[in-house]
Amino acid sequence: MSLATAEGRGLRALVLVIVAAGLVLPIVAGLWQTARAGFGILPAIGAGEISLAPLRTLADLPGFDTALRLTLVTGLGATVLSIALAVGVCAAMHGRMSPRASGRLLTPFLAAPHAAIAIGLAFLLSPSGWIARALAPLMGWDRPPMLVSVNDPDGGALILGLMVKEVPFLLLVILSALSQIPVRQHLAAGRSLGYGRGIVWIKVIMPQVWPLIRLPVMVMLAYALSVVDMALILGPSNPPTLAVLLLRLFSAPDIALLLPASAGALVQAGLVALAFGLLVAVERAGRAIGRWWVRRGGRGLSAEPGLWLATTLSAVLFAAGALAMLSLLLWSLAWRWPWPRLSPESWSLRAWSTPGSGWAEALANTALLAAATTALSLALAIAWLEGEDRARRGRAGWAEALIYLPLLVPQIGFLFGLNVLFLRLDLSGGFLTVIWAQALFVFPYVMIALSDPWRALDPRLPRAAASLGAGPWRRLFTIKLPVLLTPILTAAAIGIAVSVAQYLPTLFMGAGRIATLTTEAVTLSSSSDRRVTGVYATLQAGLPFAAYGAAFLIPALVHRNRKGLHPGGTA
Amino acid sequence: MRLITTLSLLAAFAAPPALADWQDTLDAARDQTVYWNAWGGDERTNAFITWVGKQTEARYGVSVRQVRLSDTAEAVTRVISERAAGKDTGGSVDLIWINGPNFLAMREQDLLFGPFVADLPNARYVDLSPGAPAALDFTVPVEGMESPWRLAKFVFTYDSARVETPPRSMAEFVDWAAATPGRFTHPDPSNFMGATFLKQALIELAPDPAVLLEPVTEAAFATQTAPLWEWYDALRPNMWRGGTAFPENQSVQQQLLNDGDVDISVSFDPASTAAAIAQGLLPDTARVFVPEGGTIGNVSFVAIPYNAANAEGAQVVANFLLEPAVQARMQNIEVLGSFSVLDPARLDAETHAAFSALPGAAALPTLEDLGPTLPEPHASWVTHLTEAWARRYTR
Repeated sequence: MSLATAEGRGLRALVLVIVAAGLVLPIVAGLWQTARAGFGILPAIGAGEISLAPLRTLADLPGFDTALRLTLVTGLGATVLSIALAVGVCAAMHGRMSPRASGRLLTPFLAAPHAAIAIGLAFLLSPSGWIARALAPLMGWDRPPMLVSVNDPDGGALILGLMVKEVPFLLLVILSALSQIPVRQHLAAGRSLGYGRGIVWIKVIMPQVWPLIRLPVMVMLAYALSVVDMALILGPSNPPTLAVLLLRLFSAPDIALLLPASAGALVQAGLVALAFGLLVAVERAGRAIGRWWVRRGGRGLSAEPGLWLATTLSAVLFAAGALAMLSLLLWSLAWRWPWPRLSPESWSLRAWSTPGSGWAEALANTALLAAATTALSLALAIAWLEGEDRARRGRAGWAEALIYLPLLVPQIGFLFGLNVLFLRLDLSGGFLTVIWAQALFVFPYVMIALSDPWRALDPRLPRAAASLGAGPWRRLFTIKLPVLLTPILTAAAIGIAVSVAQYLPTLFMGAGRIATLTTEAVTLSSSSDRRVTGVYATLQAGLPFAAYGAAFLIPALVHRNRKGLHPGGTA
Repeated sequence: MRLITTLSLLAAFAAPPALADWQDTLDAARDQTVYWNAWGGDERTNAFITWVGKQTEARYGVSVRQVRLSDTAEAVTRVISERAAGKDTGGSVDLIWINGPNFLAMREQDLLFGPFVADLPNARYVDLSPGAPAALDFTVPVEGMESPWRLAKFVFTYDSARVETPPRSMAEFVDWAAATPGRFTHPDPSNFMGATFLKQALIELAPDPAVLLEPVTEAAFATQTAPLWEWYDALRPNMWRGGTAFPENQSVQQQLLNDGDVDISVSFDPASTAAAIAQGLLPDTARVFVPEGGTIGNVSFVAIPYNAANAEGAQVVANFLLEPAVQARMQNIEVLGSFSVLDPARLDAETHAAFSALPGAAALPTLEDLGPTLPEPHASWVTHLTEAWARRYTR
């Protein structure tokens, strides 16, 4: 037994070393390089003196203040609104919909990459887009109306786009947190004391849910504050949000702008830190006010309309997301689709029938990267979890933080520095560096997705195997992994979806040479051919769908004669 | 068919014995893969680059991979980061479609390979004498550091079904926009085409356009741009979205024209309208117009970074692009429709015939329709102009 524990420690140490060297080191080193450049040190362009000049140049850029404000408004706005909607929907719908049905409803939105949703929404919402075309006969518009919808200077379209992705994500996170709380009993107790359904949710259930969803909310917040691809497509442009402004600076012809761009990357990291601080402050204040409010004991039945409003708004959001994805597919099959027609005037398979024009290669690259990063991340995650099992130790808080680290630091903050570092090591521009950079973001999601099901594995199964003489490796390969096939494949599907969606890491680390569906779709979104963009975006959304489909079908096939392993079946 | 015959004939005679060095380049280039970093926003250009790669592969064993950029500056940044990392050989960028400020930036930082143009066998078809269009890039002498491949000329596109008479001069845009508010815009000046729109107006409105050919000074900038800002302040309130937002580039603006959001778009390629109609990307009624005084024209170049891993292959591609038969194919509206950079006086009768046999199209202007070609201002004006615009009109 102690031998197994020792072996477990060895495995754990090995995994930790890999994670530290592979995940933490590049991030820290990348941040360090960026910070040096941000304070004026980039020997390659002859800058070697520590100074605050880059920061001053940045602050003097026209529109910098507006860009900062826009970033905060869109990032915080999308997050706060998403939380409000998701909590409202959970309060209104929980118990009225089976977890499996809601999972099926949410999956397409989780699978579709941000860029694909954004491209579809841009068409749906634009003044000449689908919604305006539907309204045109009613409003008597013979030309697209002079409205400001997509790329509005206040970032409204960007907030909406972020919410289409974030509300489903939050719903899933909250639903999984709720499975750890005796909701029905609390609700019954609360209602018997005369509280309305909504009030019980706000006063009793949410305070228990919050600690369980705090980290995912922080991930979401960091993402919303530093998103690039969605902001390029839906966000304001003059000035854009900070992350887009920085991307422009990093790719400006004037080389000296690399310094203020790096300083901006630090500002971006600072903004995220500030937002986290704000979150903690609000949480503290909320705790104090909440206690006082709960003790006051007001029954307030008036939360119901709010819940239904949240549910209706979420339904509208989901419908917009679904229409956006449908419009991508339609555009890829259209030849001419002029204003004010609701459906294409003429159809053509031309965009699909020329795979040689680029989409075949982009699809192959994307699939290869997704397979490699997911396999790598899964292997590492399983090794980590198995190490925990064998060492009979739970996960320390710092280890959990380590997993989340890549998701909490804004990508643009360390990717430029990391690129310089990789170049110095002569590693840049190949598949390996892109796999590495993507794995930084794929591994955390795979790890998070796999951890809970792994711990929930019935301990009697490996114990029974052990008593029959099976060693730890045999228990892993013949008992644990087969029984955990469904969650492993689900984690793999999530990994694939995350890998497919990566934009900045692929762009920076691939030296632009590795074209994926996402990098091409974002580039094409600023071209004049929506039909070709439609092909890329459809494929980009289709690949993760296929992965989720496989994660659903394969266990059903493999376990067709294992009733106890079916979801919902009894063990 | 005739083009292909011409092509193979040329292939047979393309290696004059005097150029033994060129044979060394060809030998070294064999089996190289050239990473050509080129703006990827135009599907026809992308297809042309693919075709070029197939040809050079078959003839010289040099394959071409296009790295599609959304902005040429990306490639410049990449070379800079490589130098930042001390990667002075084996760089990832072999060939860049470049001109103007990007060329100037790379040139000033010594990031370019060369001079190499005079060593290309096909350079004999190009007028490279000092001051010739192919020897100047935004008035900056090229000095053999980049090789020309296509002509660009600024034009406007409009939908003749919605617009009866387009503006006849830059000054007339103000009245035109006042009569039809919200139907005109231009690409964001941080983009090359948006900057070109401003330059086009500057050339027409500046009190002394000759000053624009000299490097900019603060005093000259203030005097020469004063009428421009006055004009722009009158135009802007009647632009699309009240002049508070701008399409990212000309492709996005072409899509706005196709969607009916605006009535006018801009292009640096006179053939792009006819091409877009053929591709179903613009209505059949789209046409080209230019202001009466003529428009800015320039030459697009390809350059090789100093650390290119496949510099020999890149030279082979640059040379191939100057092949008369390749230039004739490029000027074919059914292929790309870009005007050739070759000097007609240096071409033989057969090549002349190949050029004049090229097909036409309803929306394709003739050279006469396009009016005089105005020189680009010195590259330093562009940077000043876009910065001043950003300071004035960014919230």
